[in-house]
Amino acid sequence: MEEIGIDVHAHHHVDPVVEYKASKLGMWLFLATELLLFGGLFAAYAIFRAKYPEMFHEEHKELDRTIGAINTVVLICSSLTMALGVASIQRGKKKLLSLFLLLTILFGIVFGINKYFEYGHKFEHHIYPSTSIFFALYFMMTGLHMLHVLAGVLVLTALLILSLKGKFSENYYTPIELGGLYWHLVDLIWIYLFPLLYLIS
Amino acid sequence: MANHTVAETIHVPYLEEKGILSWILSTDHKRIGIMYLVSISTFFVLAGIAALLVRLELLSPGKTIVDAHTYNVLFTFHGSAMVFLFIVPGIAASFGNFLIPLMIGARDVAFPRLNLLSYWLYLLGTVIILFSLLKPADTGWTFYTPYSIQTGTDVILLTFGVFILGFSSILTGLNFIVTVHKLRAPGMTWHRLPLFIWSSYATAILQLLATPVLGITLLLLIAERVFGIGFFDPAKGGDPILFQNFFWFYSHPAVYIMIIPAMGVISEVIPVFARKPIFGYKAIAYSSLAIALISFLVWAHHMFVSGMSEVAATVFSFLTFLVAIPTAIKVFNWLATLYKGSIELRTPMLYALSFIFLFTIGGLTGVFLGTLAADVHLHDTYFVVAHMHYVMIGGTVMGFFAALHFWYPKMFGKMYNEAVAKVAWFLVFVGFNVTFFPQFILGMEGMPRRYADYPPQFHTLHEISTIGSWILGLGILIMALNLLRSLTNGEKAPDNPFNSLSLEWQIPSPPPHENFEKIPHVTDWTYGYGKKNNQEG
Ligand SMILES: [Cu+2]
Repeated sequence: MEEIGIDVHAHHHVDPVVEYKASKLGMWLFLATELLLFGGLFAAYAIFRAKYPEMFHEEHKELDRTIGAINTVVLICSSLTMALGVASIQRGKKKLLSLFLLLTILFGIVFGINKYFEYGHKFEHHIYPSTSIFFALYFMMTGLHMLHVLAGVLVLTALLILSLKGKFSENYYTPIELGGLYWHLVDLIWIYLFPLLYLIS
Repeated sequence: MANHTVAETIHVPYLEEKGILSWILSTDHKRIGIMYLVSISTFFVLAGIAALLVRLELLSPGKTIVDAHTYNVLFTFHGSAMVFLFIVPGIAASFGNFLIPLMIGARDVAFPRLNLLSYWLYLLGTVIILFSLLKPADTGWTFYTPYSIQTGTDVILLTFGVFILGFSSILTGLNFIVTVHKLRAPGMTWHRLPLFIWSSYATAILQLLATPVLGITLLLLIAERVFGIGFFDPAKGGDPILFQNFFWFYSHPAVYIMIIPAMGVISEVIPVFARKPIFGYKAIAYSSLAIALISFLVWAHHMFVSGMSEVAATVFSFLTFLVAIPTAIKVFNWLATLYKGSIELRTPMLYALSFIFLFTIGGLTGVFLGTLAADVHLHDTYFVVAHMHYVMIGGTVMGFFAALHFWYPKMFGKMYNEAVAKVAWFLVFVGFNVTFFPQFILGMEGMPRRYADYPPQFHTLHEISTIGSWILGLGILIMALNLLRSLTNGEKAPDNPFNSLSLEWQIPSPPPHENFEKIPHVTDWTYGYGKKNNQEG
């Protein structure tokens, strides 16, 4: 009980320890709903891939594996910096937290920039969501994921501002942990999307 | 558990503060519950008016008041508003919000601000849906492809509104689950929880697990219209049946999101007015969870005639029968609770008994429809319409009215006129049956649902049904006027007018802002009626 993040100053209607545990349970439940949201798309992917194996095989060659691989590395790095951020504030290192949050945000932005060029390239080759079922899946899955990256960057930016204002300490870091959990999920989903879309053999 | 000293200002009744801002910015679960109650009731009335117009058009063959397109728009609005704006948030969001913290001995839900956000999202969703009425959709509430992709009406706004409502629903469910897990008062063990809490908990699980699938389905439908993706379009290699699979994967569990909270209400009302402990507490509690789990395995019973293998159809038919078991367990336990009770027929009890009677009819006719051979004949006929309304009005709405008359004194600190409430109940009960019972016969004779017109041989039954809708409407009008008038003119309610043992009745009516002056220590379950205490009922 001594190690968990407790804000002794904020006014709560419940005990801070209970609130901390409640927040974490809430976040895990939320992540479950996010997985189910993508679950619908994964189901559609499985159905259509079984139906049109040749289409998936032929058209996935149009995807840029290099950018995809770079983005995978970028997101893995961002997960690492996020984890380091959480570890820092648990040890009370406030400046390190801000630094790692900033790095995580930058990685997120790099991911977005890559995606921007990747999509642009597709449009130049007249590849749109309406081109085929495969590209519909590609744009829907990566697009929905990109929206989650965007949301994550916004959340992390808010956390960075709070961190710079000195709101977090070794006694209170619940939001950082929750933001971290969310960011790891965004990362995890990409780890599945990348082979499913880019590396079909 | 916390036992904070609270500031003096929060001992005042929660209704005390006036002004619109004090409401829409309030994180008090009781105020949020009341805001939901007002909102869903408003849409219940609007969607009900649309239903009255639908019935009026069907009074006689040929065009009666509106053309076919307007008719389609009317039943689409009726269906989608009733489902997504009234009955899905329904009892869970209104009474759930108001009651859950009170019943488990907490000061609020786990995340009060998130709770307010859920309500705002609900409002945002409703505003978007109302905007879609500028070019109102005519797809029916099920948005089946390919028609929903082809129609020129505003399907995008309507489904986007429903998508936002889904967010609200998910966040509410999440909040309730965490609240029940983490904020129970000392001594409030799982097996002492009121059954309304068990049902709210099961509902919240369904909201959490099913709603994301609806969300992605609606997003795909929107992408289909906006970007021209072809998941549901056979011309592009897609599959319209896939939409039906996705849609019912949500919408069958959603049926239980609609009905399980009402079952919770019945489990609270029956023991109080029978003055007996609830029979089979654990069976009722766990059957809620069982219903929730099985409901994910039966969606394809809506699609027996859409094209599927015989093996799949047989399996889904059998799985559908399985849901009937935990449902029947509840009904038998309610009946056993009534048996040899000293029954007091107050208004909430009348609605609760109506629930048991009508819901049983609705449930059993559902078994007919789940039966493969019968369904092929009855699919998409008025039999389905009647079945669905026996479950949704006979079940959920009766439960909603029972809740309204049971907790009204606690919520508003006033008593309504009992005699008028009973007259309204009588009209509702009679009107409902006159409206919907003939529809079972219409369906068996082959009258298809959603048609604006019909051949003359169906005239008499349609006429009876329409007259029934007027009686039902009148009953609800009288009920509403009684409850509204009592807000200002009603007698002051005692703290515990029905002698209930549940925690929410042990505090003032209306409750103070902080609910409990001191967090209670719970030593027993809440159903010890007729034993040592409260013998007077
Ligand atoms: Cu169903």
